[in-house]
Amino acid sequence: MTRIAVTVNGSRHEADVEPRQLLVYFLRDQLGMKGTNVGCDTTSCGACTVLIDGESVKSCTVLAVQADGSEVTTIEGLADGDELHPMQQAFHEQHGLQCGYCTPGFVMAAVSLLKENPDPTEEEIRHGLEGNLCRCTGYHNIVRAVQAAARAGA
Amino acid sequence: MSILGNRVRRKEDPRFLRGEGRYVENLPLEGALAVTFVRSLYAHAAINGVDASAAEALPNVQVITAADMDLAPYGPPPFPGLNTAMGRPLLAGDRVRFVGDIVAIVVSGDRATGADAAELVMVDYDPLPAVVRPEDAAKDEVLLFPDAGTNVAGGSGSADHDPALFEGCDVVVTGTLDSTRMAPCPLEPRSAAAEVGPDGRVTAWLSTQTPHQDRMVLAGTLGLDPAEIRVVAPDVGGGFGAKMLNVEEILVVWLARRLGRPVRWTETRSESMVALPHGRAQRLDFTIGGTRDGKVLAYRLDSLQDAGAYPSLGAFLPNLTALMSSGVYAIPKIEFEGRAVVTNTTQIAAFRGAGRPEASQAIEHALDVFAAELGMDPAEVRRRNFIPKDSFPYTTVTHAAYDSGDYEGALDLVVRSAGYDELRAEQRRRRDAGGPLQLGIGVSSYVEITNGIDETEFGEVEITPDGNAIVRTGSFSHGQGHETTFAMIAAERLGMPVENVTVQKGDTDDVAKGTGTYGSKSTQIGGAAARGAADKVVEQAKQLVADYLEASAADIVLDPALGHLHVAGDPAVALSWADLAARASADERISELKADHEFKSSPTFPFGAHVAVVEVDTETGRVELQRLIAVDDAGTLVNPMIAEGQVHGGVATGASQALYEQVVYDDDGNPLTGTFVGYAFPSAADLPSFEAVEMETPTPVNELGAKGIGESGTIGATPAVHSAVLDALSPLGVRHIDMPANGENVWRAIQEAKA
Repeated sequence: MTRIAVTVNGSRHEADVEPRQLLVYFLRDQLGMKGTNVGCDTTSCGACTVLIDGESVKSCTVLAVQADGSEVTTIEGLADGDELHPMQQAFHEQHGLQCGYCTPGFVMAAVSLLKENPDPTEEEIRHGLEGNLCRCTGYHNIVRAVQAAARAGA
Repeated sequence: MSILGNRVRRKEDPRFLRGEGRYVENLPLEGALAVTFVRSLYAHAAINGVDASAAEALPNVQVITAADMDLAPYGPPPFPGLNTAMGRPLLAGDRVRFVGDIVAIVVSGDRATGADAAELVMVDYDPLPAVVRPEDAAKDEVLLFPDAGTNVAGGSGSADHDPALFEGCDVVVTGTLDSTRMAPCPLEPRSAAAEVGPDGRVTAWLSTQTPHQDRMVLAGTLGLDPAEIRVVAPDVGGGFGAKMLNVEEILVVWLARRLGRPVRWTETRSESMVALPHGRAQRLDFTIGGTRDGKVLAYRLDSLQDAGAYPSLGAFLPNLTALMSSGVYAIPKIEFEGRAVVTNTTQIAAFRGAGRPEASQAIEHALDVFAAELGMDPAEVRRRNFIPKDSFPYTTVTHAAYDSGDYEGALDLVVRSAGYDELRAEQRRRRDAGGPLQLGIGVSSYVEITNGIDETEFGEVEITPDGNAIVRTGSFSHGQGHETTFAMIAAERLGMPVENVTVQKGDTDDVAKGTGTYGSKSTQIGGAAARGAADKVVEQAKQLVADYLEASAADIVLDPALGHLHVAGDPAVALSWADLAARASADERISELKADHEFKSSPTFPFGAHVAVVEVDTETGRVELQRLIAVDDAGTLVNPMIAEGQVHGGVATGASQALYEQVVYDDDGNPLTGTFVGYAFPSAADLPSFEAVEMETPTPVNELGAKGIGESGTIGATPAVHSAVLDALSPLGVRHIDMPANGENVWRAIQEAKA
């Protein structure tokens, strides 16, 4: 067991973790934060995307010990109380989600994308999100949502 | 003004956007043991023994094998014609039949220990020759079920050939199309949990599309009274036809009862790629004949369905292919023969379209080949064969009774929306210029069937003491947005804001009955049932209001704009739903504001036409899908935003079958596409934005006028995209490209045409 200290959505957590513990299972099983979903086991689908120190990562491919000392933002940390984050609001307005399973990862990846490139073209959005997979939407309305969020200055 | 037809934003969105989705793996289940399945690494092998001693030496690990199993083999499902000698043992005992067959179960305190223990279970296999291709299985040389004496798992149509079928045809052409095996890939892998309560009843939380049916099948399989089982489908992260009860869910419930402890299994993705049933996998051999001026006179289709290792729904699907084989065309003579055979591969069941894409792909490709033979534009040959708009209801020679349609109207609309003539002009320019980047244009027309087996759905509406409404539906939603559309349907009848209506589904203790969701039937029967229940509540409310206002119920009317009930002509003395509910609660008459309704109807036949535009690099074989213009007519739309979302997702999957996805096995039955790395699941970068064009031709079979929309896009897109690739390469002499038309297959086709 290794002792780590991670700040998740503004709250500091100290915990003992197995060296093999993945960040996503640390969040889900040890901290009980179930918002970050697991969709594959090969770093392909991006359902588990979170931000570490503001940058998107697939939390299935980061060891909990690697997150020691960092700030993690998950989907649960995005809204401001009752008010959705502009990216969440854009996904809602543009019908960018159906079953909702890939949604937390897409929203986090899109937040990170706009941070790097606040005014992306459609092609830049599509390539920027190619590490996230969705079976329901055909990506059409996800792209619209990111465009809308960019217009709203998210 | 009615709320129906408006783009109402979804009521279910906030919990998903906030990371509060209630998927099975997210549910709290105190002290649940982890279930890990030990799966076969061989496609076909005899089992000599299982040694679990090393695994059971780990702390709190228990291993269960076939020796512990007291349940009979599962399946095949009770469809006519399926070979009942091919049931699937819940735990493989003496033989495994595909990579992924379950040999043993590890029960452990946590998932990581379960994974470690599963690797320590030593299975002594004796490999057997594997039969992987359906055409090999059909030879009956290697038998999966020696006692059955054959690999044939099901059949449809007739083996009889009419020697005069193509008599009178000027032109007869033949061809073959493989409708490739696909993995459904819902983003949430399956998950199942179960717990026996203090009263002895077992509750099963399942990631499923069909909670009520699952309850009945669980009861039958486990030898229980259905009343002893509660099935809860909480939030489900996509299904696409694949998430119906299978052996894993049965085993989880069986374990909970056997161990007296709560248990949970959550599939890994790599496990899901081999264990969750696949779809399609039909080989289609066609012959089509007609006149020189493009009139089709006869069509023969032979389908060889790969059923996978144990016949499931897939073995029955050629029946749907047969039913829909005429497509949108008036074809005077059709012959169909379907055979399903078992192979040492993952089971085949339903996947978005389920039997209808195969029919559409076959007839559309056959028409393209026929058109090419005649030197006729593919859009024109379609026009010459459409079932005319004024001939509905129309029954095909394969006995499909089409309810309503305007096939030529759909083609005209999509051709116009695409700018078809300009596209052809651009194609000519590129061909004349002779560069490597050539344009291909594909056209498809399709009709499909939803609510194909005349099902009945249950709906219930209840007014709550605060004057809001609850809709309970036996339909299920795993992304389709029922919490919004069904609320809209009830709100419209009740004259209530949609915000005041809550939709409940998925819990067999809360919803009295149901069939679940598959085959794109939810709105047309489930929505119609909710509508009927709401109407009954309004009638019952009128009686109550009549009592309170000392009037006759026949004189009470509902003002749908305000949601007020009053005597006709006297709106000043009115009761709102809130007034009425408060008063009825106080009088203990609130139960009178609750009603259920069952709605049954014949199938509907959504239809449409798609145009696909691709650019093909004739030097490398690379294909880029540039545009996909889709007219999908599903009758009257309750919520066009949600309907369009269904089209987008459907089109993406349809295009992806044409260009990217295929489950591949090697000759020994080893899956080569067993992860998301190996399987070509498209990303946003692989697809364009789609151009969905609205068209609404109502059905007469329900009062909503609604047909199904969930699968149409898939059915229309594959033939259009595949045809576009062939169209781009036709000047090079390419006549056939296997799906998926990826770089490799396209490059090979170009080289073969050159040779």
